[in-house]
Amino acid sequence: MRRILLAGLSVLALSLLPVAGHAQGTVKIGLIMPYSGQFADAATQMDDGIKLYLKQHGDKLGGMNVEIIRKDTGGINPPVAKRLAQELVTRDNVDIIAGFVLTPNALAAADVSSEAKKFMVVMNAATAIITTKSPYMVRTSLTVPQLTETLGTWAEKRGLKKVYTMVTDYGPGIDAEGAFQKGFKDAGGDIVGSVRMAVQNPDFTAYVQRAKDLDPQGIFVMIPGGAQPGAFGKALAGVGVDPKKTQVMGQLEIADEHALASMGDIAEGIITAAHYDYNHKSKMNADFVKAYNADFKRNPDFFSIGGYDGMHAIDAALKKSGGKTDGESLISAAKGMSWESPRGPISIDPETRDIIQTVYIDKVEKVGGRLVNVQIDAIPNVKDPIKAAMKK
Amino acid sequence: MALSETSIDPQLYLVEQTRWRPAEIVFWLATLLPYLLFPNYLSLASQIAIAALFALSLDLILGYAGIVSLGHAAFFGIGAYTAGLLSKYGWGEPLSGLVVAAFAAGVVGYATSFVICRFRHLALIMLTLGFGLLLAELANSLGWLTGGMDGLQGIHTWKLLGTFPFDLYGRAAYAYALAVLFVLFLFTRRLIHSPFGLSLRGIRENFVRMPAIGAPSRAHIRTIYTIAACIAGVAGALLAQTTETVSLDSLGFERSAEVVVILVLGGAGRLYGGLVGATIYLIARDQFSGIVPQYWYFWIGILLVAVVIFLPNGILGGLAQFTARWSRK
Repeated sequence: MRRILLAGLSVLALSLLPVAGHAQGTVKIGLIMPYSGQFADAATQMDDGIKLYLKQHGDKLGGMNVEIIRKDTGGINPPVAKRLAQELVTRDNVDIIAGFVLTPNALAAADVSSEAKKFMVVMNAATAIITTKSPYMVRTSLTVPQLTETLGTWAEKRGLKKVYTMVTDYGPGIDAEGAFQKGFKDAGGDIVGSVRMAVQNPDFTAYVQRAKDLDPQGIFVMIPGGAQPGAFGKALAGVGVDPKKTQVMGQLEIADEHALASMGDIAEGIITAAHYDYNHKSKMNADFVKAYNADFKRNPDFFSIGGYDGMHAIDAALKKSGGKTDGESLISAAKGMSWESPRGPISIDPETRDIIQTVYIDKVEKVGGRLVNVQIDAIPNVKDPIKAAMKK
Repeated sequence: MALSETSIDPQLYLVEQTRWRPAEIVFWLATLLPYLLFPNYLSLASQIAIAALFALSLDLILGYAGIVSLGHAAFFGIGAYTAGLLSKYGWGEPLSGLVVAAFAAGVVGYATSFVICRFRHLALIMLTLGFGLLLAELANSLGWLTGGMDGLQGIHTWKLLGTFPFDLYGRAAYAYALAVLFVLFLFTRRLIHSPFGLSLRGIRENFVRMPAIGAPSRAHIRTIYTIAACIAGVAGALLAQTTETVSLDSLGFERSAEVVVILVLGGAGRLYGGLVGATIYLIARDQFSGIVPQYWYFWIGILLVAVVIFLPNGILGGLAQFTARWSRK
């Protein structure tokens, strides 16, 4: 009797022991995103990109089974993001942390990646310095200066000499202002004036009027997506600024699908710098958009492509590391990796672990009665200019 | 609540109140359980302790003195930024960081208390809300100092007492947060069960009459508001030190609102209200959002509605009513 009891106890004890390592051939990925709150739509698009990649690859990455654990930060909340990252690592034993729509959350979780030596994939958050915070991090989205400094240089080369800049007075706006002005001035252009606008519900009329009074050849604008592009469009129409004559330029948010729908015809002629738009012409992108629409009944956006390519990065890194899931193996596999994405050719800079990609210059045009972004130029192999400048 | 026995000796009443009840001892022993039972949940436990401390500070003004505040996160944020900035510019010693943060929050609390003590009810809500928003916008525009939207970068907290590092598992973080919570709880408990604490409750019930019996309402409110600001500052500093992050959300409106919800959930005007509220709210949040990351707010909403309908005085208020009825039978 006693022996049976003992045997029973030891079986129980064995079953209670934490499983050392993982079941053979499973990779655990923790996603930290704002699934609820005002950024929930971005998280949904990114998550859908992730789901689509997994579906197209038989739910396997690098030949391994995949287990995904989703964690919600509920918006900008770095202490929570950091705690979730800690818990994913210590409680759920994830191999990789990924996601990250918002910069503050990515910065907070980066500490955990660095300390626990876990591979981290940033799929959107776009402030330049993020990747410097952990040596085990790659980014598959963009950096703000990558787009806007490129746009500044391009605008000057295209003959615009006098430009006015108007940005929202918050982190990304200020970054974009600095990067655009740098690119534009370094190329020889002249900034005739600039303004920083309130974050909450501004009426753009006065700002646009002020810009018009200075009679610039172009206006650079950076405002948050959502309701603001519509209000901006109204101000352009009200004051009488025609984007085709006074060239209105910005980053992709001001002319994405929703922005164009709310702005209406006044948007025609706006030029944006973008790393992805669903109208990008390539066979691969056409297939991607079609598959995305089939599953999720809407067009992918830059959040979707960040998630999709992020999963590709994990997939390819696992293949190259031969199934080793530690941060060291994965990051050395990911450095210098390049592949063809629906957005075009992209690669991971072996020095900064940041993305190198083509920056597209798009123009809003009416095609078949619908406003769409038409690609008018492309600047290949753009690195993040901030980190390039830091090295000098 | 009015005293049930009207002819009681006030001093005896207060002495009786300060006696430790068995349930309290069990409660504090239970706070050590996470180390044994849930060693993987220590970082959550430390954030619960911090939220509890923050709610405790709000309880002092809202629950006991009747000062309704929708901007209490201002002091939390001041504490967090003070500790964060200290650490960023080379002084990462946690305990002294707490003291400095408490001082900074206290100074601002004292300054604003001169306005606060002149208003009641709705006007107070507007005032505190406005003050909170002003401060949040100030922190946003001082990007060179606070890091703006991206949050403060480069915080590094030194080892606790020079020996215990803040690790990934949150062992030191929880011990630290819990110890600070306990010490400040003892202080609060003593304060509430003093004649001063009693007169605060008097002010809550009748602001005008209290000066007539020798308790200057405005001076008392200034004092308690400053003390609450200090404690909120300590809570903010704890969060900044244990997570090594500070961002604008630490003084945003949502944090102010959340702490009110936590306190109401647990039971305002009760010492353990904020502690119980924080525990239940944050655990529910963690569990619900683990199950449905998109729609967990729905379940939090149900929980809050249920508590407000069935336990209008919070969970502890409901419990007290229940035990009172039960013991009468």
